[in-house]
Amino acid sequence: MSIKGKAYIVGAYEHPTRKAPDKSVAQLHAECARGALIDAGLGKDDIDGYFCAGDAPGLGPLSMLDYMGLKVRHLDSTDTGGSSYLVHVAHAAQAIALGKCNVALVTLAGRPRSEGSSGTQPRNYGAAAPDAAFEAPYGITTANGYAMVAKRHMHEFGTTSAQLAWIKVATSHHAQHNPNAMLREVVTVEDVLASPLIADPLHRLDCCVVSDGGGALIVARPEIAKDLQRPLVKILGTGEAPKGQHGGKVDLTTSGAAWSGAAAFAEAGVQARDIQYASIYDSFTITVLMQLEDLGFCKKGEGGKFVADGNLISGSGKLPFNTDGGGLCNNHPANRGGMTKIIEAVRQLRGEAHPKVQVRNCALALAQGTGGQLGSRHGSATLIMERA
Amino acid sequence: MNNQASERNIPAAPANAESQRYFDAAARGTLLIGRCNACGQVHFYPRSLCPFCFSDNTEWVPAAGSGTIYSYSTSHRGVPIPYTIAYVTLDEGVTMMTNLVDCDVDKLEIGQRVRVVFKQADGGQHIPMFTTA
Repeated sequence: MSIKGKAYIVGAYEHPTRKAPDKSVAQLHAECARGALIDAGLGKDDIDGYFCAGDAPGLGPLSMLDYMGLKVRHLDSTDTGGSSYLVHVAHAAQAIALGKCNVALVTLAGRPRSEGSSGTQPRNYGAAAPDAAFEAPYGITTANGYAMVAKRHMHEFGTTSAQLAWIKVATSHHAQHNPNAMLREVVTVEDVLASPLIADPLHRLDCCVVSDGGGALIVARPEIAKDLQRPLVKILGTGEAPKGQHGGKVDLTTSGAAWSGAAAFAEAGVQARDIQYASIYDSFTITVLMQLEDLGFCKKGEGGKFVADGNLISGSGKLPFNTDGGGLCNNHPANRGGMTKIIEAVRQLRGEAHPKVQVRNCALALAQGTGGQLGSRHGSATLIMERA
Repeated sequence: MNNQASERNIPAAPANAESQRYFDAAARGTLLIGRCNACGQVHFYPRSLCPFCFSDNTEWVPAAGSGTIYSYSTSHRGVPIPYTIAYVTLDEGVTMMTNLVDCDVDKLEIGQRVRVVFKQADGGQHIPMFTTA
């Protein structure tokens, strides 16, 4: 059974905060949920399905449902890191198609900025992780794991730091129009290359921001969506794929997007060249390049040429991407960028992006996430949506 | 830039009932990898069930301790002391995460030959790392 056309995104809300030392994580989740309900024109009691990931405090959905006073008949706390929320939309569409719920809420929130989180700190998923003993002593951080991907990509395909820098340049062109973005200054390739090396070959401006905040989505069955007063955003296709080290057959230059993307395109019945706007998870510049190749926007190894010379800048490039400024300039709430990728794609399909970055007649959009660590094991998820 | 692992405090490996023998072997100067007696393939990190055929007829066998650099990155900022993380492809065919130590990191290249050395972590465990051959 396909979920094509079985569910719509009817509500979307991005929290405006980028630093919230005076708020709790549960409060941020709930404020996002409330914002998405208001956006949709629905009430709290309409929700009968709830989706959240590891950023939800306490016992995840149980703690948050109790805090928000929600009664649901379906819940799912799948955690694939920052791509979780793309998976949640897919699972919500499946649940709706099966009649398990009618109106699903997805929330994300966190305060890593207030809590002093950094991508150069060791990642710790707990001593019981089966890989921990074989990796923790080596100081694997977020930054140096992605840096090894970039280094290998450069080795295999001749990709350059200047080409990667174009990805940051594009997001900065978009972020200048977003009053909530953390970094609104337009930067050049030279600026990126002149910023300090964090983990060779990635510079500071190759890395996303650390921000507090969050977001929420409401997914509903078609009959409910069509009764609301909002533009219709139909879910056409979804895909999810884990990728790890394959028992020591490490291949850093292919991401799970190769499989999640193929599944989503097949279900949607469209191809990469049909996509008018793409939200691509930008934890680092290399993350974008890898996913663009694996989704088929260009051939493997040609991502450097594809992103160069402003090709991702809305209005002038062939593939407008991350028109909110993305994780590289706007925000990266809870160190998990999948939610805001979906929200900006919904804005584009509704025609509600900033006029300076709005894609004209945007009818087909893609959101892509990579969660966990591209340099060791990650979860990829792809979502294709259409303005109905 | 010379990179001495001895300058960096190496975090202890959270060994468990399954993985302790890897560190016991490391203390004797031996790097272990996994080998499956059912399908004949080697794997890393070593584990009790073969990740390829799911047989439980696995062994933890010594590796020669030599290989080539698959990728690497030196952390310069946000860390107390610069250090180099890497993946090394062992001559047996598996690729493992590690550190490159006791070498000039500015002269490293992917494909370069390396050999295993053992460095002591906080608490005394021996951790396999690699240096240029």
